[in-house]
Amino acid sequence: MAEKSKLNLNRVPIPKQAPEVRKKNFDEVALGYADEQALEEASRCIACKKPGCKDGCPVNVDIPEFIKAVEEKDMPEAVRILKNKNSLPGICGRVCPQETQCEMTCNLAKKGGPIAIGRLERYVADWERAHPEIKEQQKGQINLNGKKVAIVGSGPAGLTSAADLAKLGYSVVIFEALHVAGGVLMYGIPEFRLPKVIVQGEVDYVKSLGVEIKLNHVIGKIATVDEFLKNGFDAVFLAPGAGAPMFLDIPGENLSGIYSANEFLTRTNLMKAYRFPEYDTPIQVGRRVAVFGAGNVAMDASRCALRFGAEEVYIIYRRSKAEMPARLEERENAEEEGVIFKLLTNPSKFLGDERGRVKAVELHEMELGEPDASGRPRPIRKPGSEFIMEIDIAIPALGTRPNPIIPSTTKGLELTKWGTILTDDATGRTSKDRVWCGGDMATGAATVISAMGAGRRAATDIDTRLRNSN
Amino acid sequence: MYKILKRETLVPNTVYLKVEAPEIARKAKPGQFVILRVDEFGERFPLSLTGWDKNEGTLEILFLIMGRSTMKLSALEEGDCIMDVVGPLGRPTEIESYGNTMCVCSTYGVGPTITLVKALKEKGNRVVSVMEAKDEAYLFWEDRLESVSDETHVVLGDGSRGKHKQASQFVKEYLESGNKLDRVFIFGRVFTMIECSEATKPFGVKTIVGLTPIMVDGTGMCGCCRVSVGGETKFACVDGPEFDGHLVDWELLIKRKRAYLIEEARAFDLWQLGNLRRIAVLSELPGRVSVVQKNG
Repeated sequence: MAEKSKLNLNRVPIPKQAPEVRKKNFDEVALGYADEQALEEASRCIACKKPGCKDGCPVNVDIPEFIKAVEEKDMPEAVRILKNKNSLPGICGRVCPQETQCEMTCNLAKKGGPIAIGRLERYVADWERAHPEIKEQQKGQINLNGKKVAIVGSGPAGLTSAADLAKLGYSVVIFEALHVAGGVLMYGIPEFRLPKVIVQGEVDYVKSLGVEIKLNHVIGKIATVDEFLKNGFDAVFLAPGAGAPMFLDIPGENLSGIYSANEFLTRTNLMKAYRFPEYDTPIQVGRRVAVFGAGNVAMDASRCALRFGAEEVYIIYRRSKAEMPARLEERENAEEEGVIFKLLTNPSKFLGDERGRVKAVELHEMELGEPDASGRPRPIRKPGSEFIMEIDIAIPALGTRPNPIIPSTTKGLELTKWGTILTDDATGRTSKDRVWCGGDMATGAATVISAMGAGRRAATDIDTRLRNSN
Repeated sequence: MYKILKRETLVPNTVYLKVEAPEIARKAKPGQFVILRVDEFGERFPLSLTGWDKNEGTLEILFLIMGRSTMKLSALEEGDCIMDVVGPLGRPTEIESYGNTMCVCSTYGVGPTITLVKALKEKGNRVVSVMEAKDEAYLFWEDRLESVSDETHVVLGDGSRGKHKQASQFVKEYLESGNKLDRVFIFGRVFTMIECSEATKPFGVKTIVGLTPIMVDGTGMCGCCRVSVGGETKFACVDGPEFDGHLVDWELLIKRKRAYLIEEARAFDLWQLGNLRRIAVLSELPGRVSVVQKNG
């Protein structure tokens, strides 16, 4: 009992921009710990004999060890421990759903005050970024083993596997379809949640390991997987991301002013439409915006719309709050900023004006019935509950389907019934020899860290296979 | 970076570029396009491929100056670089032995048409080409088209060549006078595509059109380029850009192409204000290009 009395269950809160300020700018919302805050939070860690946190981490970061280094103010050591398992800590510290991973399995979670592992991870990564000399000191000598790996896609899965393989001595070339590296970290996640300089920093780190990144390369078009295998690559890791956006499939959905969340976020984040006309890509937002869906992407889109100056932004979702797939933190951030949640509501059609622009959406109310295949209560339409809501912009944020470009141009690649590439989860192996896959293309839309975990596992398996093939 | 090896203003507002892009040139096929981004502030926009040379490692593109992005692109000189060129994108044209074919083109559509005619000829097709232009001053590459086609007809909007003022009138009369066609291809202005598709419809001739909606990524990721074909939503970037002209919802296409007219005009004006000297240097360009002149 004596030990328990020493437990400090008060998580040190992370400073944030105030909601009324931040909803008018694209700067990062969470500001990160100051040194003393990080020390205080780190000192709460009780260094359990059986740390639960490690098991909750998809890439098994040595969490208690790096936290101890923070507590002892040995920051270079904290960086070393963290980066040993996680090549992209600046990103994970910001966008991982820690509450369902390491922080959920933290032994203090049961008592209501898990260590803020994500915030500490971010603190260490930000410290490293501010001390570039450490990077140079920690860069070990890499001996090339003469083998080449092609990686398709430079998102979290691609970058992680690239870093791992490069450290093991492989010559790695990443092929990226867009004009910048980073994948969803660049085009999808907004600046205010994940500043692009952080992503750029992590990409630069991967490049510093000797990885070559070829931009503007749509694989399946400019080159194919089979050509890679024929022309000197010993293995190919496919991590092209999720791909094609899903729409609501209701009348009027092709009216102007209706953006898939992918398009809305790509215009905003990748093309920097929030700086139009300094940047050339325009975006239209108007006064009233309706976002359909309630995942993290819907939260991102709605919060971007607020920052563009929309007066009313609605999240329209057919189930109730309990079923919303978004992280609690993102939901709270959106709510604080003034996003209005219209739950148990579903659209049936869009109405347009004479120029072909959306001007309204017909909605109807829903009620929850018996659980469906997903285990969640099935939403049922309430008869006679239709009503019209005037809107300027609509953003369906309903998830994505796999992009068929790679499967349709690669021989012998088996697919699942959802169109994803059939992949062994533990190793990333596909049905095709010397071809691995990971990330959303293997699993369907998931998280950054699960893609990174897949990248790590594939890199490990590629190494095992190639080393034994000698 | 993709270097411009050759630049030429062919007729007012219409620019030809030859660009160094060996990897794309190796894979390009008729009917495909590239996405370009001129500089770090640039938007991503598609242009049809006019030609390519695998040995030389070059691409040819032909475009109308319609807004800020194409103006910026036209303001680059030989030796300058385009920041990003992505491709070859879209599905290639289906080219088989059809028999009697007709290729109709207007403005920049003549570029892709010439490569298509060559490919059709290689498959043993007979090709009648029809070229539409506003007047003699806007006519270019007639000789090139003629040199690859079995028959070439030029239709000018001022009626100064023959009796027709629109390509569609020619197509209609051609079919009405009993000539048989097995397939028709149309590239260029949206109105040329609409009118010629209407002309072939009563005769049941399968008519392929190359659509040019607004795109962002060009790889099927965003859905900006969605078009309705036979009542089904398609992404022009990955499902097209070529579709059956008798099934395309043209009104939707035009409305979606015009969705950003106000923003485009604003961006264009601002760019011009900031680049007056540059524009003046490019003396062969008219001092002011009207955005209203957009095709489609």
